[in-house]
Amino acid sequence: MTQDTIRNREQKTGWLLVTPALIVLLLVYAYPILRAFWLSFFAQNLGTQLQPEFAGLANYGRMMGDSRFWQSLWNTTIFTFVALAFELTLGMGVALVLNRAFRGRGFVRTIAILPWALPTAIMALAWTWIFNDQYGILNDILLRLGLIQEGINWLGNPTLAMIAVITADVWKTTSFVSILLLAGLQSISGDLYEAHAIEGATPWQSFRQITLPLLMPQILIAALFRFAQSFGVFDLVQVMTGGGPAGSTEMVSLYIYATVRRYLDFGYGAALVVVTFIILVAVVAIAFYLLGKVRKSAGVEL
Amino acid sequence: MTQNTINSKSQDDREEKFSIRNLIFPFSVALVVLFSLAPILWQFLTSVKTNDAIVALPNVYFPSPNQLTLSHYTELFERRPFFSYMLNSAFVSLTSTILCLTLGSPAAYALARLRIKGENVILAIVLVITLFPYILLFLGLLELVKATGLGNNFLALIIPYTAINLPLTILVMRSFFQQLPRDLEDSARVDGYNTVQMLQKIVLPMTLPALATTGILTFIFAWNEFIFALTFITLEDLKTIPVAAAQIGGSSVFEIPYGTIAAATVLGTFPLVVLVLFFQKKIVQGLTAGAVKG
Repeated sequence: MTQDTIRNREQKTGWLLVTPALIVLLLVYAYPILRAFWLSFFAQNLGTQLQPEFAGLANYGRMMGDSRFWQSLWNTTIFTFVALAFELTLGMGVALVLNRAFRGRGFVRTIAILPWALPTAIMALAWTWIFNDQYGILNDILLRLGLIQEGINWLGNPTLAMIAVITADVWKTTSFVSILLLAGLQSISGDLYEAHAIEGATPWQSFRQITLPLLMPQILIAALFRFAQSFGVFDLVQVMTGGGPAGSTEMVSLYIYATVRRYLDFGYGAALVVVTFIILVAVVAIAFYLLGKVRKSAGVEL
Repeated sequence: MTQNTINSKSQDDREEKFSIRNLIFPFSVALVVLFSLAPILWQFLTSVKTNDAIVALPNVYFPSPNQLTLSHYTELFERRPFFSYMLNSAFVSLTSTILCLTLGSPAAYALARLRIKGENVILAIVLVITLFPYILLFLGLLELVKATGLGNNFLALIIPYTAINLPLTILVMRSFFQQLPRDLEDSARVDGYNTVQMLQKIVLPMTLPALATTGILTFIFAWNEFIFALTFITLEDLKTIPVAAAQIGGSSVFEIPYGTIAAATVLGTFPLVVLVLFFQKKIVQGLTAGAVKG
């Protein structure tokens, strides 16, 4: 057998093994997104008897003046960045704690990943109950501590509702961040810290000069994953507030869902999907670019 | 907290003197445990309290025997098809996990071992779509489900669940195959095995641990999925746990059944708590392989 026929066979077998998976991915990922692009140029709603009628860029034009869309985009941005900041900080703290040797560490690690593994929709119910205005445990604790005089209506106030959903999201996903960061921490050699300490560096300096730079790839990857997931957050907010009160926690995903399911406006819903997709892809592209740079510079330094 | 942690990272704690510094670390461990468990424990406590104890003010943290009840649990099974919800979730999650491993592992093997044209493009695509939130897919899938008449059919969940777990499966399994020694496969080839035979007889048996790791993750993701289950399944008897639990509160306007909701959350999370307790290491392994090495 010549080299060429072996290569050819490898190609064929390779494609044979890859194709079934690719077909499923094309069906569930590529089709819906391409379809949304196509449909976004049509009006298909109750006004057109749910039949598609070509409308050019009308859906996008409408989006420009749609204050509810801008509001939801703003809500999503606030939610994403505040949650991300807390998750990265807390996740780093948890990872540092779990990285240290202590008795019962395996057990604590197990407990620390529990929030990540539990269904978001169900834990959203648990948090709704915690934030309940009458019988919620949070109000009870605050009352007992004398910090408040009467129960706060957490989910009934625009700002407080946003704080509540962010809190629940931070609880749910900090463990994911800490799992990724912990894996990174474990790959950093202890010798580095010892050498640094001998040179007279304080722990804080070690953290800044060794841990942070070496952990940067993991931090960026965790941030990227968390960004994408927060930007598309649905379950948590849908169950906790349904986007309320008065749209103050309505995220882009909830608006898309309502547009399609409640108002049966498929064309406009598709345009919303397209814009969300483009924002996401743009941010991901920037993050990959940064990640490449960080990996390169880490490679040069070491 | 960070200072203390790093400081004592590579030194053994033999300092005997009692100081606040020495307390910071145990305190942070306790904080991690409390932070992770509190919402779950509170939910459990609510689920076993009588309705009177649930709405008692100030809150009851240590219920007396006559404030305890299992009625919220029995109600789930007597007044609602809760057993069906559990079965539905289990069936959909298991089937999609098996399907996902069956389709994903061969693809991962090809991407790890065989030279295919366009391999990098496939990998890049797989990597990027792990980041897509499901809301981007639901409109197109809804149309597909309507067009194919798959509404209220488990296939409407099994196929998307297989797909959303394929990228992770491919990334985790690929990183596993890359670590597998090549010699075995080479000698199998010398013995005249073709690729498919070799995969079945040599590679597959060695792959079982990695398949288990991946399978646990895909099962968790499938069990937890919400938006597709909410959209494509409307028949009560076919609903999965997350959707059914989320809709309990909406069933009566006047009185929210806090205890029943709490019982539903406990039962709905129980299988996952068990999974995490037994397979913590595998879950961590799989997640880091899927996210970091990919």
